[in-house]
Amino acid sequence: MKIDARGQTAKRLNAAIAASHDKVVEVEGVVGQRYLGTALVDKILKIDGIPGNALGAYLDGAEIELFGNAQEATGDTMNAGEIVIHGNAGDATGYAMRGGKIFVEGDVGYRCGIHMKAYRDAHPAIVIGGRAGSFLGEYQAGGTIVVLGGEDESRTVGYFCGTGMHGGEIWLRAAQPPSTLPPQVRADKVDTLPEHIEELIEQWCEKFEKEPNIYTGSKFLRLTPDTANPYKRLYTAN
Amino acid sequence: MKVRYILPSFEVLRNESKCTACRLCERQCANGVHSFDPKRGAMVADDAKCVNCHRCVCVCPTGALKIAASNDAYRANANWSRDAVDEIYRQAQSGGVLLSSMGNPNTYPEFWNRLLINASQVTNPSIDPLREPMETRLRLGCRNVTIERDRNGRLKDTLPPQLELDVPVMFSAMSYGSVSYNVHAALAKAAERLGIFYNTGEGGLHRDFYKYGKNTIVQVASGRFGVFRDYLDAAAAIEIKMGQGAKPGIGGHLPAAKITADVAETRMIPEGSDAISPAPHHDIYSIEDLRQLVMSLKEATGYRKPVIVKVAAVHNIEAIASGVARSGADVIAIDGFRGGTGAAPTRIRDNVGIPVELALARVDERLREEGIRDNVSIVVGGSIRSSADVLKAVALGADACYIGTAALIALGCHLCRSCHTGICNWGIATQRPDLVKRLDPDEGAERLVNLITAWKHELEEMMGGMGINSIEALRGNRLMLRGIGMTDSELGLLGVKPAGESM
Amino acid sequence: MLKEGQYRNPSGCAVSAVIDRSGKPMSGRRMIDSIAVMHERSNGLGGGFAGYGIYPDHKEFYAFHLFFDDRAARKTTEEYILRHFEIAYSSEIQTRKLPTVTDEPIIWRYFLAPLPRKLADSHLDEREYVARCVNRINSGIDGAYVFSSGKNMGVFKGVGYPEDIGEFYRLDEYEGYCWTCHGRYPTNTPGWWGGAHPFGLLDFTIVHNGEISSYDANRRYIEMFGYKCTLRTDTEVITYIMDYLVRKRGLTLREAAKVIAPSFWTTIETKSEEEQREERFLRRAFPSLLITGPFSIIVGYDGGIMALNDRLKLRSAVCAEKGDLAFVASEESAIRRIEPDLDRVWAPAGGEAVVFELYGKEAAR
Repeated sequence: MKIDARGQTAKRLNAAIAASHDKVVEVEGVVGQRYLGTALVDKILKIDGIPGNALGAYLDGAEIELFGNAQEATGDTMNAGEIVIHGNAGDATGYAMRGGKIFVEGDVGYRCGIHMKAYRDAHPAIVIGGRAGSFLGEYQAGGTIVVLGGEDESRTVGYFCGTGMHGGEIWLRAAQPPSTLPPQVRADKVDTLPEHIEELIEQWCEKFEKEPNIYTGSKFLRLTPDTANPYKRLYTAN
Repeated sequence: MKVRYILPSFEVLRNESKCTACRLCERQCANGVHSFDPKRGAMVADDAKCVNCHRCVCVCPTGALKIAASNDAYRANANWSRDAVDEIYRQAQSGGVLLSSMGNPNTYPEFWNRLLINASQVTNPSIDPLREPMETRLRLGCRNVTIERDRNGRLKDTLPPQLELDVPVMFSAMSYGSVSYNVHAALAKAAERLGIFYNTGEGGLHRDFYKYGKNTIVQVASGRFGVFRDYLDAAAAIEIKMGQGAKPGIGGHLPAAKITADVAETRMIPEGSDAISPAPHHDIYSIEDLRQLVMSLKEATGYRKPVIVKVAAVHNIEAIASGVARSGADVIAIDGFRGGTGAAPTRIRDNVGIPVELALARVDERLREEGIRDNVSIVVGGSIRSSADVLKAVALGADACYIGTAALIALGCHLCRSCHTGICNWGIATQRPDLVKRLDPDEGAERLVNLITAWKHELEEMMGGMGINSIEALRGNRLMLRGIGMTDSELGLLGVKPAGESM
Repeated sequence: MLKEGQYRNPSGCAVSAVIDRSGKPMSGRRMIDSIAVMHERSNGLGGGFAGYGIYPDHKEFYAFHLFFDDRAARKTTEEYILRHFEIAYSSEIQTRKLPTVTDEPIIWRYFLAPLPRKLADSHLDEREYVARCVNRINSGIDGAYVFSSGKNMGVFKGVGYPEDIGEFYRLDEYEGYCWTCHGRYPTNTPGWWGGAHPFGLLDFTIVHNGEISSYDANRRYIEMFGYKCTLRTDTEVITYIMDYLVRKRGLTLREAAKVIAPSFWTTIETKSEEEQREERFLRRAFPSLLITGPFSIIVGYDGGIMALNDRLKLRSAVCAEKGDLAFVASEESAIRRIEPDLDRVWAPAGGEAVVFELYGKEAAR
């Protein structure tokens, strides 16, 4: 089923998507409609255009493929499913996501993967082809973030990466650790990628038709918190 | 030589003639205050460990125990209180941020007690609530309607979804994790029986409590703990927590020690990891972003549920409320600076925010001035202690009240303000199974039902005295209040006349 | 001395009304006789009447009745009126000197049509334009007060017993198809004629008996919509509520009655599904316009009257019919005085709106 989004409100678009009997729903001419695919469970949504904020918020199993750039808060509190963005994504991409995967062809803005979690067998993942803005993985409590850095490996990530991080892992395709890592986050150089990371990169390459060897052969840094309780010593009972 | 800087605040007084050394106090005190001294053949107490929760006093079968404030005194100083001195010792020793629990205990001015309620005499009648109908039922939500008719000229129901309450009181947000499973069980059961709502806080909704969904408000806070489709779908309403009266402007932090497997499961996080709520929602840095979260939650739930936005009462609360009222939210909940908490930095709890009475009065007036009072209902919390406080809040302009501390007191809390230690002897602010089981959820629910039923009767009595038979005719009815012992500017802010001034 | 509006002034009262549904005019004498029976319910501190159909020769014009404290106030007001209206006719209202009615202000009548250009520029509906002008004069010009502003109708009121006020205004010389009247028992001493009742806005007038307990909840709510309760009386706020619900929101009078005197929730639950739907909606949509405490009101409007009691029926009201005539009054005696032989007499239930209208009016809507 194909839907022309021109002149349509987000509310009507979402209602039309939900009402469709087809598994695959294509939406064209999207400009600024927010909350597309919110809490969607079992559809494949292909979007052409520039959707508004909170694309795929609370997503719960559906697949969203966007041909265009995403704005802010994509995949906010996402539970399961997949979002593929043929373009860049804005700030707070994957905020508090608990499961599912987000693949971004280009760059992401500030605070990508903030407060990402893991839960039972749900291990959310974000793979970013380009560069990530500052505060990547802030408060990260679980899951995996991979930043491939595009062509230029020297500027993979912005400032204050992993601040407040207390779980999960961040993989950066970079030779040197970011200049401002918080004390509780350690950076290990890794020559051979573990299987689950290789798999994520291969999936990303497949979606965006890139050659995996370019990436999997590079040097990577693995960032992990050395405590799940970073603020234990901050307080004193009064 | 070891010097003890911080001396015990309390003294455990044991009447030796009554004590039978049954050692119940010893078993009941998780703080380890009491022990049996075999040499003396008698019970002894370590005063330094006592938090004055009164558990031992309440369970002692012979009534042998009393807790007194220690009469050990520093040299009297009107400027340096004992607390101020002790806090410095504490920080000098630990280098830590002082952490406290429950509401601000300080002697700031308070306004509920300075408001007096009206009654009818002669010119119109009072109403006997025991025999005449008296309505405390109300609805929360947006009332901004368009009048539309169908082909037959009948009115269409164009109202957005609302919450119906039998009494203008709800249990405010307290997360599973900060309080025990049995507290949630008691709150949920009581809310169902009372026709009101309890609130999950940001700790997720335990699978056992989905069945109370129609009396449940689920919270979406900055950490998004436990937030997913089923959670949103299960609830009667969704509350976005922007702030909390006890700690405006800062986030939450449930230490791993309180995160048992069940708590982690409910929050949908790994066990053993701290649960950190960021200070802001990181998708809300501006008022238009709030609208984005409100609308995305409505979109996720098919516009079937009202959305509440909870904010702390802070200096600029009028403008904040005006923004919230235009965000698509259906209810604004305002939490005053005396509101409780399971843990907050002492300095924040005791110094940040404003009293909810003033915030409520100004917000209600501001929304009316702007003509948008119908966009949202107003719920207030932050130390509502009695039905009189509820009545005064409604007369100032609130639609309903949230109670947290009062509900916990009904469950046995003695306000020892030690929730952050996680070893609550009353089974409330703890996850230790042996302590949790001290709170029987059915008995707790019964006590909560009793409390709110009693308050309902008292509300009816007071309303009847004023000749008002619907809580809706009391909302914002400020002529029913008079102020006493207030400055002109305080009276002006509250929009009430001084006691003695006639109509 | 404090004027009405500078304090709240609860009053007890008597009300009475009559309508000839065939539209046949009757003299104001009838109402004077009726209200005089209930002398004991007033205390000489206020009385007034509203007559409908009394200005057939000027029925296209808004008839403004004004009180002026002095000539300067009149001059300022007339300058204002001339900037907004064309004056078709104006004169001082003829009165009869009575020993019992004293300290009367200067009382004038104007027949007005809004200036078309001004009206167009205002982007307002004509009635809203007129209502705002009335509001502007009453709140903005010291010593001037518009106490009647509808078409082909007029309010006549003042300080005194109602029967004396009727004589003072020579209402025996006016003829209308409908009259309402009010005798007041204020619990304070208003020296000001504007504080007497009926209270009117455009063709809406209200006479009211009782002191409502929901006053400030109602006032603070209705003031959101551009109304300003300057008199601080129950009657004023009830008038604004009716105007808001009926004129601005498009509810019928009966629907508006269900807003201000709704059934109890427990009673609603016993009604038919259709009634439940309507009553629930109205209560949920306008909870702050619920009026509690005792009241019986008579709403007068172009072509009809509506009587309504509070839902607990804490005030008395009696309705009656005799041929084309229909009556409402606080006491049956006030009706029997002017029509001893009635076809039907009944006391409506609390919250039950009784509407009497000119024949064909319902069909015309």
